[in-house]
Amino acid sequence: MDDTTHTTDEFVIKGIAAAPGIAMGPAYLYTKQVPRVERKPISPDEVEAEIERLNAANTRSEKELRKVLAFAEQKLGSDSAKIFEAQIMILTDAILMGTIKKRIAAELINAEFAVTDEVNKYRQMMLASPEEYMHERARDVDDVVNRIIRNIRDQKLFSKLEGASIIVSETLAPADTVIFSRNQILGYATDLGGVTSHAALLSRSLKIPAVVGLHSATKQIKTGDFLAIDGYAGALIINPGADTLKILQARAERFLAFEQQLAGIAALPADTLDKKHIELSSNIEFAEEIVFAQLQGSEGVGLFRTEMQLIGRAAYPSEDEQAALYAGVAEAAFPHPVLFRTFDVGGDKIAPDGQHEENPFLGWRGIRVMLDRTDIFLDQLRAILRASTRHNVRVMFPMVSTVTEVQRAKALLKQAMEELKRRGIKYDTRIRVGVMIEVPAAAVMAEQLAAEVHFLSIGTNDLVQYLMAVDRGNDAIAPLFQPFHPAVVRTLRHIVEAGHRKNVWVGVCGEMAGDPLATVFLVGIGVDELSVIPPVLPEIKKIIRSIKLKDAKRVADKVCALHTEHEIRAFLSSIIKNKVPEIPFDL
Amino acid sequence: MIERTVTICNKAGMHTRPAAVLVKTAAKFKAELTIKKDAFEINGKSIIGVMTLAAEKGSSLILKFDGPDEESAAAAVVELIERGFDEE
Repeated sequence: MDDTTHTTDEFVIKGIAAAPGIAMGPAYLYTKQVPRVERKPISPDEVEAEIERLNAANTRSEKELRKVLAFAEQKLGSDSAKIFEAQIMILTDAILMGTIKKRIAAELINAEFAVTDEVNKYRQMMLASPEEYMHERARDVDDVVNRIIRNIRDQKLFSKLEGASIIVSETLAPADTVIFSRNQILGYATDLGGVTSHAALLSRSLKIPAVVGLHSATKQIKTGDFLAIDGYAGALIINPGADTLKILQARAERFLAFEQQLAGIAALPADTLDKKHIELSSNIEFAEEIVFAQLQGSEGVGLFRTEMQLIGRAAYPSEDEQAALYAGVAEAAFPHPVLFRTFDVGGDKIAPDGQHEENPFLGWRGIRVMLDRTDIFLDQLRAILRASTRHNVRVMFPMVSTVTEVQRAKALLKQAMEELKRRGIKYDTRIRVGVMIEVPAAAVMAEQLAAEVHFLSIGTNDLVQYLMAVDRGNDAIAPLFQPFHPAVVRTLRHIVEAGHRKNVWVGVCGEMAGDPLATVFLVGIGVDELSVIPPVLPEIKKIIRSIKLKDAKRVADKVCALHTEHEIRAFLSSIIKNKVPEIPFDL
Repeated sequence: MIERTVTICNKAGMHTRPAAVLVKTAAKFKAELTIKKDAFEINGKSIIGVMTLAAEKGSSLILKFDGPDEESAAAAVVELIERGFDEE
């Protein structure tokens, strides 16, 4: 009885909206099962056939991987595609395959076991290494072995993926996202992951709805279960009933209509009705995203997260390699500006030589790391400077908490300039320098920090987290992560006013910049620039173009006078419904 | 048989790309190549083996060449490592 109710009743799992869109369809549960491999004896006259099976499996595996590689190069760029090149090299390792075949013949064992057992020797050594990147290599090796075994067993990659499906999995690696996107995918739902995970980014550029952070979706869903995925609200609905489907359908239509309405907006300026211009730019992590951002009507790049190039690497990239990357981005964005945030490693972010910390968010991260690792910092600063010859490059320091840190970072920037001058390399001598405001101490000292730089950019995610003393990843206290808490909105206003007193511009590059509920308030406190994820850019521009600065100012005054987040949200929601009635968000 | 001791001098160590270049270079010769690092010995013509070595900058490797063209194989491989795999 229990089982039947469980499978037919509608229930909702809440997660994090990672890519917009609404879709309905059957689930495909993607589990990265480790195939069970047993040692089976074979007879001497079976040896030849067994080796033949292995050869055929290797040929098929290589063909598959070459396809994935080509697709990944196109979608993710050659750097991210390198994982697959390494996998192909392992697959075509003549010595390794020779040894495996010799073992099949000498020990009279099945191919599956020979492959697993032989590769396992290397795997064990990789896992024993203290280097994190060697553990990544071990996972690559696992992938190769699983692929060979699947092909030995002559199983197709997604035998059960018949027709269009919503993929449900624990997590999606870039490789998985790439493979799946060649199939008919309606949506992605994952137990783990955040909005900035690689898979989330990719699904946004592929325009496939995605919800991440669903915790136990894979345990509650079976392949074939009927699902609805709501990539706006961040919800996954299992066995949606007729009423729910009707509501979702209507929502989907409203969004679609709104999207069509926004079609021409990309070419229009982000000006309020009374002609206050807001610089509306985008947050990107990979050079390849810039094309999509421009199509969405982005005015340059307001945050380029340089640390993303470190993923899966054993060491920091050289100055030359970085210079090539940054110059490419600056060139693509020209004449609009690009803001490079120097490596923000530590916290939850990757560091090639990172160490375990008890309390990483309060630890060695951002500028704190770079001021201790000046060799790496100088390499990066020179690389950014080298990309600045067309005068459209800005540089920003993350995780600043003291004026001294900014002064030291600026001194290093000057040193980097002098080194380039000695080498006879050109750069923008008047490059704009800024500070990211995300630590409460920096928010309080915004005016003193502004005196040191050309701009401030507010990182709202960390600012809210630090201000509220709430780890946003912790479910138990999730309701306390309040971007519209009165303390937060007052702090934001304080930062903008402090910046303006020193005649520097103030931007917002955190998630709040892309939240339609926040736009009127942010414009009202006088924010000069908003940097958002490219998919939401047209909506935010629509709101900016629907309001007057003087009305927005009044809204901001009222917001700052309210006492609870609930009141502020309700008030801003009523403003949006009134000023931009077309907006389909359930605010 | 010839034995040579070399030190990895390129900044990033023997990661995937240098490992691939080393294997390709060794494969041009008939001579077998065995690489020993610490207590650990692998076939120098096998990419998975060379990758597993995880030889970082400054680590010392013992290379053993054995075969008819061992002299020229040793010269080519040792030179490649000493050039830092043509990386920075």
